[in-house]
Amino acid sequence: MTVSPSVAENSPTPSTAAGLRAGAAGGTRSATDAHPDVELIGVTKRFGDVVAVDRMNLSIPASSFTSLLGPSGCGKTTTLRMIAGFEQPTEGEILLAGRPIAGVPPYQRNVNTVFQHYALFPHMDVAQNVGYGLRQRKVAKAEEQRRVGEALELVRLGGYAKRRTWEMSGGQQQRVALARALVNHPTVLLLDEPLGALDLKLRKEMQLELKALQQEVGITFVYVTHDQEEALTMSDVIVVMRDGLVQQMGGPSDLYEQPRNRFVADFIGSSNFIAGTIASSDGDDRVTISSERGLTLHGRITDRSASPAIGDTVTVVVRPERLEVAAGDAATATGWTAVAGRINQGTYLGDQTEYRVHTDQAGELIVRLQNTMGANIGQSLGPGDPVVVRWREEANLVLVA
Amino acid sequence: MSDHSLPAPSSPAVSLAAPRSLGGRARPSINRSGALVEVWLRAHTALTLAFLYLPIVVVVVFSFNTADRVTDWDGFGLRWYEHVLNDRQIQRYFLNSVIVGLATAIIATIIGTMAALGIQRAPRWFRVPFDAITYVSVIVPELVIALATLIFFATTIGRGGIVQGMTGGPEIGFGYHTIVSALALFNISLVLLLVRARLSSMDRTMVEASYDLFGTPWRTFWQITFPQLLPAVVAGFLLSFTFAFDDYLITTFLNGRGTSTIPLYVFSSIRKGVTPATNAVAAIILLVTLTLLLVGQFVLSRNARRVGARNSGGVAGIVTESQGG
Amino acid sequence: MTATAPADEGRLASPRPARAGHSRAGWLAALLVLPAAAWYLVLLVIPLGIIFVFSFGTRAPTGGYIAGFSFDNYAAALENSEPFVTSLTLSISSTLLCLLVGLPLAYFIATRAGKRKALFMVLLVIPFWTSFLIRTYAWLLILGPEGITGFLGDAFGAPRFRILGTEFGVLIGLVYGYLPLMVFPLYVTLERMDRTLVEASKDLGAGRWATFRQVTLPIALPGLITGSILVFIPMMGEYVIPEILGYGQVYTIGSALVLRFLEARNWPAGAAYAAVLILIMLVTITLYLWFTNRGRQTRDVSVL
Repeated sequence: MTVSPSVAENSPTPSTAAGLRAGAAGGTRSATDAHPDVELIGVTKRFGDVVAVDRMNLSIPASSFTSLLGPSGCGKTTTLRMIAGFEQPTEGEILLAGRPIAGVPPYQRNVNTVFQHYALFPHMDVAQNVGYGLRQRKVAKAEEQRRVGEALELVRLGGYAKRRTWEMSGGQQQRVALARALVNHPTVLLLDEPLGALDLKLRKEMQLELKALQQEVGITFVYVTHDQEEALTMSDVIVVMRDGLVQQMGGPSDLYEQPRNRFVADFIGSSNFIAGTIASSDGDDRVTISSERGLTLHGRITDRSASPAIGDTVTVVVRPERLEVAAGDAATATGWTAVAGRINQGTYLGDQTEYRVHTDQAGELIVRLQNTMGANIGQSLGPGDPVVVRWREEANLVLVA
Repeated sequence: MSDHSLPAPSSPAVSLAAPRSLGGRARPSINRSGALVEVWLRAHTALTLAFLYLPIVVVVVFSFNTADRVTDWDGFGLRWYEHVLNDRQIQRYFLNSVIVGLATAIIATIIGTMAALGIQRAPRWFRVPFDAITYVSVIVPELVIALATLIFFATTIGRGGIVQGMTGGPEIGFGYHTIVSALALFNISLVLLLVRARLSSMDRTMVEASYDLFGTPWRTFWQITFPQLLPAVVAGFLLSFTFAFDDYLITTFLNGRGTSTIPLYVFSSIRKGVTPATNAVAAIILLVTLTLLLVGQFVLSRNARRVGARNSGGVAGIVTESQGG
Repeated sequence: MTATAPADEGRLASPRPARAGHSRAGWLAALLVLPAAAWYLVLLVIPLGIIFVFSFGTRAPTGGYIAGFSFDNYAAALENSEPFVTSLTLSISSTLLCLLVGLPLAYFIATRAGKRKALFMVLLVIPFWTSFLIRTYAWLLILGPEGITGFLGDAFGAPRFRILGTEFGVLIGLVYGYLPLMVFPLYVTLERMDRTLVEASKDLGAGRWATFRQVTLPIALPGLITGSILVFIPMMGEYVIPEILGYGQVYTIGSALVLRFLEARNWPAGAAYAAVLILIMLVTITLYLWFTNRGRQTRDVSVL
């Protein structure tokens, strides 16, 4: 079957989606409910001596698409499993729709999960898989059939009810797993790296589709991934985690434009880092920094809560696509930072060209230039060529941590 | 296979690589010896399989002999089958074999499956010795089990045994119960190992997925876990039945009055001198066990196709699967 | 109704929910294992314990057992070492033959059979499954004077040539009876072997034989050892095969045991024999465990 980028635009039966949406809204919460869907208060999880999740406070807004993002072992999956009820927190409390759920087993939580490898039951066909949760809750046969049908339509597997799950492609199995969870109208849908097993092209399609689906049904999605691009594509809110600690939480552009520390700046997108000390400050968030090698930079402090003193060590982050590179000498204009250097390596990447430029004042800088129409720099710059790298001062993000 | 462009490092790999540079000319002879090896492998496999099946074929063929003596060949016919099937005594032996087989299989399947499910969650101090005893019970020569249990039963429930000494009544003695309980020992372990191998190859997230979808532990077991264990349970049942059905050693030492089974008949007629009737009985025993195997194979491979399991080898697959556990 | 209804929580919420769930599961586990554990205790541990205790006692005048503590039975058993020598010779040579026959077979099925692997395994399971007694009995027909032996004897002008009643006859029966048990574990290890290892070896310039010896064989070693154990230990105590194909002329440990226990009704003497047999078995298993724990690669294939 073909995969279209958006369910909302191409959905063959809009009414089924509406039905599920109505069910979700009516069945699990009212519009005026003030509680966030999921709240973690001081949650710690230890496995023996290992602290998987460390005093985590998290409030997941209702009807949002929230991603838990981080490298493997950062505690994101453990967090998900605690919400689902497969693990119990060592300390702290988890609230689901405002109610504490300590001691409530997974089968009594109104939370459903899409597992990493789908975990479809091999001895059941697609409809039996999707209807499993409804049968456990003793939903009437006719009602079950109707809702299974709706859910399959929603994930555009209308004609597949009697199929064996293991006869289906990875993408289709993915949709069955999604339908099996959504059909129960959960308060929260948990997704544990569900796209990890798919190939790149299918993954990209499914990302857009998942996002559209979430907007359509309005159920809160909590999505675990280690893929920053995936998180940026789909999420309303991203929670960046590392070693069991939340590093930063915010919208995709917040995280990219205002990374609060070096880990976030490095993990989300790629960055040039220039170390230095604060030389002067305007009293607000604008500071002047002198780098270790005598470069003077003006920039903004990303973490508003931090109040560094003159002389404190900081890191200045500049995104590679914010840099320009040109042949010639360094000439400083107001509002610009400029460094002289030599091309180390140029790599043609199709849509863009990446240069690694060695500079005396800022070490090696990575510069990415879009290969827009007419851009022919790629041919004119080679290794060893003297160049100037320059960027606007607005691009300087000052990290205190 | 074409890394010729790689610079040769000055390491032992060079000496290994050296003959390959001559490979262009040496190849044909390698291929010829390679082909010889292939032929030999095929021939060996065919001959070994023939070796395995020769006795089975011989018994079946001889069972159709209509002559009065085993050593004569008269012609094909069902004469001795007729004779055997109408023999009251032999019927009784067959019935006893079925009773022993069924009772052993039922006990072994239930207890073995239960143990396989429970032992995963048992604490280590219990699991390690339990596993050791399981393996010992499988591997210890059957004769040792037979004699040890014989003495055990003789000194407890036999004549003048402990039980009689305490109650003063008549002794309990030997019978189906002694045969079946001794046979169940090996077969419990067999079922346990088969089911446990299956359990360990099962995806644990299936159970979590069921919990996640509101399945209680009880319902999850019967709806998710058990259906996936079923092939191993069935295989265990069938294997236990056949092993008990045609067991000789334990049965011969532990049988009581009127509980002789068909293998005992075969063995005693070997001692006394085989008759064509022996061949017919032997062929019938083969038929029973083979039928069970084929039924099991059919049911299991159909089940495997249905659930799309990786292992579609039926009984064979499950038996070999358990070897790797 | 939603899963987080207050009623449910009230019932289930407890200060240490995980612990409560654990101990309940623990009890369930104990309950499930209990029957099997009881079976092992009553029908294996205690009977073997009795054998051990009896082996130090003396024979009662009417047969049976009188308590005592002496090593006389062991001394007697070791003095008459013929059955041990016979059984050891037969078991070792049969194990080696099983290996010789089984390894190429397992190798062929694992690497050459392709989609017919399952079929070949079924072909192997069938003999394993069908009556052990009948299959042994069949060799009586084949090797008897009216069978191959007579034919060979006539052909070579040696009318008294015979196989039945000799150690060779028993050897054939043992190899035949236990071959599948050797092939299963061998097949499992070879089948699981990463085929690219062989390609890598050939790519690095090793020939067919060198690859087999240096790559395939070491990887198959755990299966090889498991198979040997599975075959060797039961063979040591084998009774039916020597009895049928040996015509009672091949005096093995099994025959010696039955002779003492049943015909002589000398339980302590028989018990000493059994104890020595069990000792041989334990030494073998200990060696096996020592070997398997030495290299971690062997964890894949455990006994059966």
